[in-house]
Amino acid sequence: MIQPQFLAVAPLTAKAKTSLFALDPALGVLDPQGPVAAGNSQILLNALAIMLMIVVPTLLATLAFAWWFRASNKRAIYRPEWAYSGRLELIVWGIPLLVILFLSGVTWIGSHDLDPARPLAEEAKPVEIQVVSLDWKWLFIYPDEGVASVNEIALPTDRPAHFSLTSATVMNMFFVPQLGSMIATMNGMATQLNLKADRPGNYHGQSAQFSGAGFSDMHFVLRALAPDSFTQWTAEARKSRLALDESEYLALARARATSPTLFYGSIDRALFERIAARRLTSEAGPISAPARTME
Amino acid sequence: MFGKLTINAIPWDQPIPLIAGAVVGLTLLAVFIWVVIKGHLPYLWRAWITSVDHKRIGVMYVLLGLVMLLRGFIDAVMMRSQQALAYRAPGYLPPHHYDQIFSAHGTIMIFFAAMPIMIGLMNFAVPLQLGVRDVAFPTLNSTSFWLTATGALLVNISLVVGEFAQTGWLPYPPLSELPYSPGVGVDYYLWALLISGAGTLMTGINFVTTILKMRAPGMRYMRMSMFCWTALASNLLIVAAFPILTATLIMLVLDRYLGFHFFGNEGGGNMALFINLIWAWGHPEVYILVLPAFGIFSEVISTFSGKPLFGYRSMVIATLGICLISFIVWLHHFFTMGAGSDVNAVFGIATSVIGLVTGVKIFNWLFTMYGGRIRFKTPMLWSLGFLVTFVIGGMTGMLLAVPPADFELHNSLFLVAHFHNVIISGVVFAGFAGVVYWFPKAFGFRLHEGWGKAVFWCTLVGFCVTFFPLYVAGLLGMTRRLQHYDVAEWRPWVLAAAVGVAISGVGMLCQIVQLVVSIRDRVALRDETGDPWDGRSLEWATASPPPAFNFAFLPDVKGEEPYWAMKQRAIETQHLAAAGEYQAITMPKNSATGFMTAFFATVTGFGLTWHIWWMVGAGLVLAYAGFVWFAWRDEDEYAIPASEVQRIDGERRRAREEWLARNANVSEAA
Repeated sequence: MIQPQFLAVAPLTAKAKTSLFALDPALGVLDPQGPVAAGNSQILLNALAIMLMIVVPTLLATLAFAWWFRASNKRAIYRPEWAYSGRLELIVWGIPLLVILFLSGVTWIGSHDLDPARPLAEEAKPVEIQVVSLDWKWLFIYPDEGVASVNEIALPTDRPAHFSLTSATVMNMFFVPQLGSMIATMNGMATQLNLKADRPGNYHGQSAQFSGAGFSDMHFVLRALAPDSFTQWTAEARKSRLALDESEYLALARARATSPTLFYGSIDRALFERIAARRLTSEAGPISAPARTME
Repeated sequence: MFGKLTINAIPWDQPIPLIAGAVVGLTLLAVFIWVVIKGHLPYLWRAWITSVDHKRIGVMYVLLGLVMLLRGFIDAVMMRSQQALAYRAPGYLPPHHYDQIFSAHGTIMIFFAAMPIMIGLMNFAVPLQLGVRDVAFPTLNSTSFWLTATGALLVNISLVVGEFAQTGWLPYPPLSELPYSPGVGVDYYLWALLISGAGTLMTGINFVTTILKMRAPGMRYMRMSMFCWTALASNLLIVAAFPILTATLIMLVLDRYLGFHFFGNEGGGNMALFINLIWAWGHPEVYILVLPAFGIFSEVISTFSGKPLFGYRSMVIATLGICLISFIVWLHHFFTMGAGSDVNAVFGIATSVIGLVTGVKIFNWLFTMYGGRIRFKTPMLWSLGFLVTFVIGGMTGMLLAVPPADFELHNSLFLVAHFHNVIISGVVFAGFAGVVYWFPKAFGFRLHEGWGKAVFWCTLVGFCVTFFPLYVAGLLGMTRRLQHYDVAEWRPWVLAAAVGVAISGVGMLCQIVQLVVSIRDRVALRDETGDPWDGRSLEWATASPPPAFNFAFLPDVKGEEPYWAMKQRAIETQHLAAAGEYQAITMPKNSATGFMTAFFATVTGFGLTWHIWWMVGAGLVLAYAGFVWFAWRDEDEYAIPASEVQRIDGERRRAREEWLARNANVSEAA
């Protein structure tokens, strides 16, 4: 058998083409730019604070006990038979129990408040975005706006976004660290995710689930845009001569390579449902170089 | 004739695996030639390869684990250096190679480094601590070991013949299905794990039987050492969990070999089924590794604090609690697959209960040190290093168990840092502590203390410098398994991790130096009495190294810490308890069954991987023939005559009497 030769996918050139604008600093989950990320990070910090209350004293006690009870320290008491104390046992079980009670509360409330499928408490109607992960690129379909894009996604800052996600291929995970919650994309299933961007910016997005040879190139740019800029973005996309129909989709799916940013001026609105229901499938072809250059 | 195997399966165009393979191959060849020329082959065959002595098998397990740890570490060095170079650049490892390295690193470290080290230490110490002469099924034990070695061999063959899996250490479908992984990499993985998994399952059965049925007279459950308790819990988990792994992998085999549709994208396959099943095994697996580690730390902290373990009953309850709860937390490995808020919350809370019982253990270790006279020998340093760093790893694990926090940290380098933090400071530190602790028992001389401390400090610092920056990189949104990246903010942390791995590398070198120096100075480091650490459990009652029969008389256990009680009585009365009348002892005979079975299992596994069906048939038939040959054996035991037992035990008693006399003089002088 011949070694499957991986053709270099030229990540540098592909990246150079998408970077027409500068990315904001990727400060990840420490720099939340939307309510979901803020909620995630808040829970992270709360849980951390609860645990530090017990972890820090434990660390200090470990070092202190080890140092004070060193064999050479004759001032330390020596109790060679001491191996049980009911009162201490109570503390030994009681303190961790209290901590996990607190933590369980945080877990229960947080899991419900920040369920990715739960619509955000926002007045404005969400932007519908359908996401399909492909080998090794992201397809974003805007059914209401009638446009689609590859490896670039835009959100208005005045509305939340509702994502329906599936995979044409293996499992991936849609993740924009600064906006919060990631969610898996899986073949034959549609997952749900709600996010919102508070401020305009260009954020780094990527797959968080290893998906094969081109995985490292499976990143995208999320552009959070002021409302009028978003309208402009969709208008620009609509100008594209490319149409996202069945054959175009299959060509995209079959090319197992990263892709430069693409825009589709018109779309087949039933495409996503057919992909998620496995009614439109593509065979995994050989690993290849990018199928199309930027229009 | 050779299925999918052709001469092109050897990666002629890739210098790294080729050179690595050549170096390993030549080294093995050189060692083999040296052994043959020096005439050591019969000794090796008799004393080690066909040995069914639990102590010898334990040593071989640990040796296999340490060699594989080195292999896995080299993978780690390559991964960290690739990521250090691959900022806006392709680095030196193409994805095809890099993806194999991280898959092999995880597979090797879990299955062929951590597992053999832990199982090896259990093999060595558990029968001694129980005060018995061997495990329940000695030949099965040898077979388990050799099947594990088969798995390790298959994974390493894949380095130069064909390729290894490029799917990560758990081959999630559909990526691991034929359409996306058409090569032999996943097949190597599957057969290596199916074969070694059978060995591990047999180990589990063997040790559960041994601990439940074969304790010394008077060794009630609540008198067993903590290591025996954790070994029992760990092996119960093996018996319960490994069949799940085997079944899951067989389903993937059926998908790949016979066109079934369990997990694929066609025919109604569902990958979520695989992910649930693999973690239903995978989470208990974590505790299979870490429970014996907790046992080792319990022994070490108690011995070197000069005190019994604090809260023994609590520790037993906590151990069994972990054993049970570990089966109801598996979903926390995939909170981000959209299970829904109730399910996520329930599994998150169940996970925090494990934090509770582990917290109990940490406190009990703390109070074991309280009021003690702590001697900072190398095993104790490892235990302290564990206590300090494991608490941090446990805390980050509890953060990941909170679903909304996991939604931003899952599959990030934060997760990578977390599980390395718990597995390195839990399992690896315990492995090193256990090796240093029981080395004099196994070989009759201690390891060099100064070099041992050098290993400890380099490994500890290297570990911190590698993984604490990776926590930060994860918080900055860096995901795992990236072959290259172009986010500037991640770079400094990745570079820091590369420095850390270099420091760990110095630790690895010190490890080798320590072994060489200790062997050179073995006379000075000799353990005369068999009790080099002022121990408390029964393994220290016998000589170092112990005779084949372990104990001339099975110890009569009258309480917890039976050896400590015996020793105190001897010191008080200035005499050892009188020996009874020596009798001949029957011990199980050597058997080549394990080695033969594993040899043919290797042939079968290789044939299955490459679709060489005649080889598969031949391997299976011959393995079965070996089993029949074993079953037809008339004599399976041999007797050690009473005079021989008396001679061996006499030496031990003489050394102990001398020690008592010396000790008495010292206390009079004081």
